[in-house]
This record gives sequence, C-alpha cells and structure tokens, in this order.
Amino acid sequence: MEALARLGAGWIRAVRHLGRALLLLLRILEGQSELLQRPRLLLEQLFSVGVLTVLIIAVSGLFVGMVLSLQGYYILSQFAAESALGVMVAASLLRELGPVVTALLFAGRAGSALTAEIGLMKATEQLSGLEMMAVDPVRRVLAPRFLAGFLAMPLLAALFSALGVLGGWFVGVGLLGVDDGTWWVQMQARIDWNEDLANGVIKSLVFGFVCTWIAVFQGYNSLPTSAGVSRATTRTVVHSSLAVLGLDFVLTALMFK
Amino acid sequence: MKTGKTVEITVGAFVAAGLLALFFLAMKVSNLGTLDTSDTYEVVAHFDNIGSLKVKAPVTMAGVELGRVASIGFDQERYQAVVKLAIYKRFDRIPDDTYAKILTAGLLGEQYVGLDPGGSETYLKEGSEIEITQSAMVLEEVIGQFIFGKAREESK
Repeated sequence: MEALARLGAGWIRAVRHLGRALLLLLRILEGQSELLQRPRLLLEQLFSVGVLTVLIIAVSGLFVGMVLSLQGYYILSQFAAESALGVMVAASLLRELGPVVTALLFAGRAGSALTAEIGLMKATEQLSGLEMMAVDPVRRVLAPRFLAGFLAMPLLAALFSALGVLGGWFVGVGLLGVDDGTWWVQMQARIDWNEDLANGVIKSLVFGFVCTWIAVFQGYNSLPTSAGVSRATTRTVVHSSLAVLGLDFVLTALMFK
Repeated sequence: MKTGKTVEITVGAFVAAGLLALFFLAMKVSNLGTLDTSDTYEVVAHFDNIGSLKVKAPVTMAGVELGRVASIGFDQERYQAVVKLAIYKRFDRIPDDTYAKILTAGLLGEQYVGLDPGGSETYLKEGSEIEITQSAMVLEEVIGQFIFGKAREESK
C-alpha cells in the first residue's frame, strides 16, 4: 500500500511538473511579442547563447569530421571504396552528428549557463524585484533567452557540419590521398538537399526548442538556494541530453525511410 | 558585459557565419548546386523487368544525362513495368524509335536507363512512348542460363 502511494505521488509530481513547464512555455511564447519592441534584449542573449558557444562548436565539428574521415577511410579502403568517403562523412554529419552533438554541447555550454543565471536571479530575488516594478520577468528575462537559443541552434549546427566536412576533407584528401574531385562530386551526387540537409535543419530547430525550454524552465523553477541552483543546473544538462537523444531516434524514424 | 557596439558586431558575425555555413552545405555539399531545374517533358516506356531501378535514377544517352526517372508503375493488362522518364526540354531531338535499356553502373552499382538513338526523322515529345526496350539484367537469371548451358554441353 505504501509503495502504491509513493508511485502515485511520484506520478502526480511528474504530471504537475510537466504542466508547470507547459504553462511557462505558453507564457514565454506569448511574451515573444514584446521582443519586437526591444530587439536589444534578443541581441544580448544571442551574444551570450550563440557567440560564446561558437568556439567549442567549431573545434568539436572540426575534430569530429577529421575522426570520421580517418575511421571511415580505414574501413572503406578494405572494400576499395574510398571514393565514398566524402558521402559517408557528409551524410553522417548532416543527418545525425551535426544536430545531435551540437545540441549536447549546447546543453552543456549554453543551457547550463542559462539555468544558473536565471536560478541565481531568482535566489537573489532579482526576479521578485522586477515584479515589484511591474515588469513581468517571463517577458523580460525568459522570452529573449528562449528565442535566442531557438535561433542559435540551427546556425551552430550548420557551423558544426560545415567545419566537420572541411575537417574530413583535410584528412581524407589532404592526408590520406583521396582524390579531390571524387570527394566533392560523389558527395553532391548522393547528398540530397531536401532529404539530408533540410531534415537536419528541422532536427536542430526541434533540439533548440527543447533544450532552451528545459534550461529556462529549470532555472525559473529552481529552489532559491545555492544547492537548489546547482541541482537545477545538473538537471538541465541531464534532461536536455536525454531529451535530445530520445527525440533524435523518433525524428530519424519519422524522417528517413 | 561588453560594450554595445562589440555585441552587435560579434552577433552579426555569428549570424553571417551560420548562414554562410548553411549556404556552403546547400551549394557545395548537397545536390542543390548541381540540380537541373530546367523544364522537362515525359515519355513512357514499358519494360518486362526493371530490376532494382529507382525513381530519380538518371536517363542517359552516350553517357550524358538527359533526364531522370519520374515514376515507376505497373500495367495490369500487360504485366509490365511502366516507367515514366522526365527528359530536359533542351534535348528535343531524340528520334521516336529510340531504344531504351536498363543498365548497371559498375558490377554492384545503381541501375539507370540508357537510350540508344534510332534513325527516325520524327522526335519524342510529351506523352510519346518508347516502343523498343530491353529489361534489366538480373544476376540470378544470367547465372541460371550459364549453368543450364554448361549442363547441356556436358550431356552431349
């Protein structure tokens, strides 16, 4: 009986949590209208969410592309199919690695920072201060952060994939001696802009939406203590990563037949 | 926080770099840059067996791509595959007694439609049919014929 009650309580807590997150999302979406009047707020958030994340995305993209090329060459050369190396690198980057790895890095770099910032604002009663001045913190603080994350993610994913392809090209063509013409021609023949590129961009839009939503909600919902903020930051990274990996499977199953 | 101008410049550079990356992926990596968007006309060809021909497979003559396979259907009256070929409008002087066959690029490569020109003075146009076709080579049938032929040789 005791166990049953605990299970029930757990479910009710989970559903209540989800409901609060959904309500907050609705308020954030509603608050987007104010950004038209204050584009400056969005600009500042694009700086801290987007620009400051570029470095880790660029370096990771370059190295993931280089490793893909190195490993792919090792396997493909056993079948004398090195000419397909470019296709393999580009397809895996555009379809999966670009959106997913970018989202995971984004959750670690930008998501956690968002949660910590908002959580600390709450702990130091800055959010209550805003309310006292009749400024809605959801519109003023959360809405621009959410939109910035949503917009930054596809750009970051595109940077990741593009640098990955260039890194792969550097290793494949520059170091391992795959023919330059073959690399690009095979890639253009096999990679479809609609099937591969557009689906990858859709994926990163979805991930951007979910990751920033989780980050903003965890910050806004955190306990206003140092332990509470630290726990919320951890939850952001864990929940975002799990959501990205789970959603990626669903999206892949729906998109690529 | 940095000063206003720096923020604006770096955000601008970030957005520009992201869009540039997307453009690079679209034009250089995917087929958007090489996509032939010119108008096409459709001709029909019936085949006894199309093997593993797929929609969007190239249609070539003398090794040059003239079009793509637009659709593949099945004719219930003749029990044949109906392949519609979309041919670019600028190739408007293909004789109407042209011979279509399904070929394979390399031993295990993709299948495509090859056209051999006939000698007719009238040309293919929207909706016309290619009368003379040759099926795809199916590896099992070729091997079967080879073994059958060997067996008959030995029994003589």
